[in-house]
Amino acid sequence: MPVTAALSGPAPVTAGEITVSGVSKSYGALPFRKEIVRDCTFTVARGKLTVMIGPSGCGKSTLIRLLAGFERPDEGTIKLDGVDISGPSRDRQVVFQETALFPWMTTYDNILYGPRARRQVTPRTLELAEVLLDKVGLREFRGKYPQQLSGGMQRRAELARALINDPTVMVLDEPFRGLDALTKELMWDYCARLFEESGRTHLFVTTDIDEALFLADSILVMANTPTALRAELIVDLPRPRKLADIGADDRANEIKRQALAILHEEAMRSFTPAGRAGPELAAARATAEVNR
Amino acid sequence: MGARTISPRALARGLVSVAVALLLWELGSRSKQWLGAGVFAPVRALLGALGFKETYLPCIGAVPPPSAVVHAWAGVIGDLGYWQSWGRSFLRVMGGFTVAMVVGVPFGLLLAVNRTAFGIAFPVFEVLRPIPPLAWVPASIIFWPTQELSISFVTFLGAFYTIVINVVGGARAIDGRFFQAARSMGSSRWDIFRRVILPGTLPSIVVGAVVGMGITWEVVVAAEMISGGGSQIGGTSGGGLGFFIWNSYVGGSYEQIVVGMVSIGIAGFISSELVRVLGRQITPWLRSR
Amino acid sequence: MSVAHSDSAGATPPATRGPSPQTSPAPARLSAEAGTRGAIRIDGLVKVYDPQGAAIKAVDGCSLDIDAGEIFMVVGPSGCGKTTLLNAIAGFHDITAGRITLDGEVLCSAERPKAAAGSDRVVVFQNGALFPWKTNLENVTFGPSVQRKLSKPDALAKARELMAEAGLAGVENNYPAEVSSGMRRRVEIVRALMNDPKVLLLDEPYRALDALTKSVMHEALLRIYYKNKVTIFFITHDLEEAIFLGHKVAIMTTRPCRPKSVVTVDIPHPRDHRVLTSRRFRELVQETRAAVHEEARKAFEAGEKEG
Repeated sequence: MPVTAALSGPAPVTAGEITVSGVSKSYGALPFRKEIVRDCTFTVARGKLTVMIGPSGCGKSTLIRLLAGFERPDEGTIKLDGVDISGPSRDRQVVFQETALFPWMTTYDNILYGPRARRQVTPRTLELAEVLLDKVGLREFRGKYPQQLSGGMQRRAELARALINDPTVMVLDEPFRGLDALTKELMWDYCARLFEESGRTHLFVTTDIDEALFLADSILVMANTPTALRAELIVDLPRPRKLADIGADDRANEIKRQALAILHEEAMRSFTPAGRAGPELAAARATAEVNR
Repeated sequence: MGARTISPRALARGLVSVAVALLLWELGSRSKQWLGAGVFAPVRALLGALGFKETYLPCIGAVPPPSAVVHAWAGVIGDLGYWQSWGRSFLRVMGGFTVAMVVGVPFGLLLAVNRTAFGIAFPVFEVLRPIPPLAWVPASIIFWPTQELSISFVTFLGAFYTIVINVVGGARAIDGRFFQAARSMGSSRWDIFRRVILPGTLPSIVVGAVVGMGITWEVVVAAEMISGGGSQIGGTSGGGLGFFIWNSYVGGSYEQIVVGMVSIGIAGFISSELVRVLGRQITPWLRSR
Repeated sequence: MSVAHSDSAGATPPATRGPSPQTSPAPARLSAEAGTRGAIRIDGLVKVYDPQGAAIKAVDGCSLDIDAGEIFMVVGPSGCGKTTLLNAIAGFHDITAGRITLDGEVLCSAERPKAAAGSDRVVVFQNGALFPWKTNLENVTFGPSVQRKLSKPDALAKARELMAEAGLAGVENNYPAEVSSGMRRRVEIVRALMNDPKVLLLDEPYRALDALTKSVMHEALLRIYYKNKVTIFFITHDLEEAIFLGHKVAIMTTRPCRPKSVVTVDIPHPRDHRVLTSRRFRELVQETRAAVHEEARKAFEAGEKEG
C-alpha cells in the first residue's frame, strides 16, 4: 500500500511552505570571516518537490543546516508555514550525504528511533515501521547493522527513519552522491515515487542537473559562494516521471541548457584560486564547529 | 577487533622463530660448558680484549637456561604457595581494575558531557596524571590502613587514568551528525545520552579497559615487589607474583625469577583476552565490519 | 577568439574557438609535432592473471586503433579489465599474448611481454598521486627535474605557463591538501604534461568529483588538449563523459574485456558544455546507452559494482 495511506491518508497537502527571506550567514572570526550565504530569498512551495542546485561548496549545505534548524542565520528569517523555525524538529527531517544511521543500532532500531525518543510508540507506529521496512525493501535486513548494508540500502533505511516521523518537509542533501550509476537511477525512481504518492513537500539538493530534471517541479539555481538564488526554473513535465522520457523530451533539454549555462558560469568562479574560498573557509568552518 | 586468520606459513614461521630463540637461549646460558673448547679460542680472546670474563658469554651466560626454568617450574607447580601468589595478584588486579572502571567510566562520561564538570575536574586530573602510579606507593602505604588497600589503590590509579582519557576522547569523537539526527527526531538530553553517547563511547571504553588491564598488571607486580607482598602468609608464597619474583631473587633461585616472569606474562595475557572478549560481546556492531 | 599558431605544418589545424570567458590568448606553443605523435595500435591483446593458479582472463583478444593526437575513450563497468589495458600500454604489467605498438614501434608483445615504462606515456591515476609534502609547483616540476630533461629555470617557466593555462595561477606554492580536489586533478595533469609525453593515460580521474565539477573539469581538459594535442587514452564508466570528450569511444564488454563496439563521435571540436544539450550528443547517448547498460548489468550481476 502507498506509504502515505498508512501515514495520513491521501489528502491534498496544505502545509510545508518554507519561506527564506534575506538570510545571511558567515563563519569564522575576523580577519578570516567568510560569507557563505548573502541576502538569500526563496520559497519552497508546499506539496512540491523543489531541487536546489549549485556548484560544489557554494553554500547549499549551509542553507540546509539553517533550514533544518541546526544553526541560526546571522540575518533574515526562515519560516515554515508562516512560523519562524527555532531549532531542529520532526517537522523537517533531513537525509544527508553521509549516512547518519546510528552504527550501534540495527536497521529496525534505527527506524524506530524517533518515535521511541518522543515516547510515542503505539501499535500503529510499529505497524508503520513494518510498512516502511517493506516499502524500502529492507525487511530481511531489519536485524543488520548499517555497516552490513550497501550504500543504497543505507540511504533507504535513512529515508524510512525520517518518514516514520511524518515530517511536514523532507529535506535530502545530495543523498545519492557516491552511489554507482545503476543504484543511483533506482534511487531516483524510488524517490520520485515516494514524493508522488505522498505529495509531501520535498527539498532536494544536488549538483547533478540530470538528477534535478528528473525529480523537480521547480529548480532553484544557486550562485557560488556567497550563495543566493540566481534563477528559478519551472519543470512542468508530467508525472509520474520516467527516466527514458526525460532524455528524449525537448522541453527538458531546453531547461537543462539554461541551467547548465548558469551553473557553468557559477562554477567557473571557483575554478581559479582568485574566486575560490580555499583553505580559509575550511579553517573558519572548523572554528565555528568548535565554538558551537 | 575481528578474528584474524593466520596463514599456515606464517604460523610455521612463528613457531620456528620461537624455537630458534629458545635454542639460542639454551646454548647461551650453558656457555660455561662449551666455551672452553679449543675451537672457540678466538671468541674467548675477543671477550678478554673487551674486558669480559672468558669463561662464559656475557649477559646470557649468567641467565638460567630454559631447561632449568622448566625444571624449576615443575617443582613449583606442586607448591600451593605458588598458586596462592597467582590468586593474590589476580585479586588485586581485578579489584583495582573493577574499581577503576566503576569510577572511571562515569567520571569520564561526566567530563565529556558537562562543560562545567570538565572545567573543574580535568585540570586537577591532568596535573595528577603525570605522576606514575608507582611513585604513589610510599604515599599509598602511609594513607591506607592496610597493605592490601595500598597496593590496590596503586593498581586502581594505573587503570583509572587510561580509562578516563579513553572515555573522554571517545565521547568527544562521536560525530556531530548523530547528535543532529537525534535532536531533529525529538530526543531529550537524557535520551541522547542513553542512546547516542553511551553506545557511541563503548568502543573507546573497551579500548581503555584493555589497555588499562595491561597497565594494572605492570603496576601490581612492581607494587608487590616494592611493598614486600604484604600478606600475612610469609615466605615465597602468598605475596603475589611480584613478590614471588622478588623473593626468588633475594633467595638466589634465579630459575624461579624467570618462572615468575613468564607466569605474570601468561596471567596478563589471560586477563587482557578476557576483557577483549567481553568487549566484543558488548559491541556487536563492530563485529560485522 | 581565434588562436594563432606559428608552425602548424603537419599539425591538425584547430577550428576557431567559440566565445569562452576564461581563456586568454594561447601562447604559440603548438609545435610541428603536435597531433602527429602517439598513435597506438593494440593487436589481439590477451592478459591472463595468475596463469598457474586462478587463471583470470582479464583481456581476451582486444584490438584497438588509436590515432595520433586523438582523444580515445574507453567505457566499461568497473573491474572489466580496462585498467589492465592501460597498465599494459604504460608498462606496469606484462601481457600474455598480442602486441601493442606506439608510432609503429613495438611496446610489448608475446616475446617481450612488458613494455618499458617511460615518460612518453604518462599516467594520471584515479586516486591522486601527488606528493603531499611537496607544493603544487614542486610536484609539477618533479618529473623533468628528476630526469634532468630541462634546466631548473626552464622547468619552472614551463610549469608556471602550464599551470596558468589550467587555471591554477596563484596556487603554485600551496600544498595539494590545501586546494580543492578539482584543482588537484589539474595539477596532476599538468605534471603529466611537463614530460611532453606522446600519450596521456587517464584512469577515471574524475570519478570522485560531483557532476558539475566534473563537467567543468572536462572543459578544462579539452582546453589543455587543444593547446597540446597529445594523444589521450581515457578510461571511464561514465558514458556521457566519454561522448563529450572523445573523438572515438570504445565500449568494452565485462570481463574478459574486448571492444563491443567503437563509436566515432562526429561532434566537431572545439566543444564546450553547450554540446551536452545538443541534438547530436543526445542522439549518440541514446544510441550507445543500451550497450553500456547491458554490460554494466552483467557486471553487477557478476558481483562487481560500477561505483
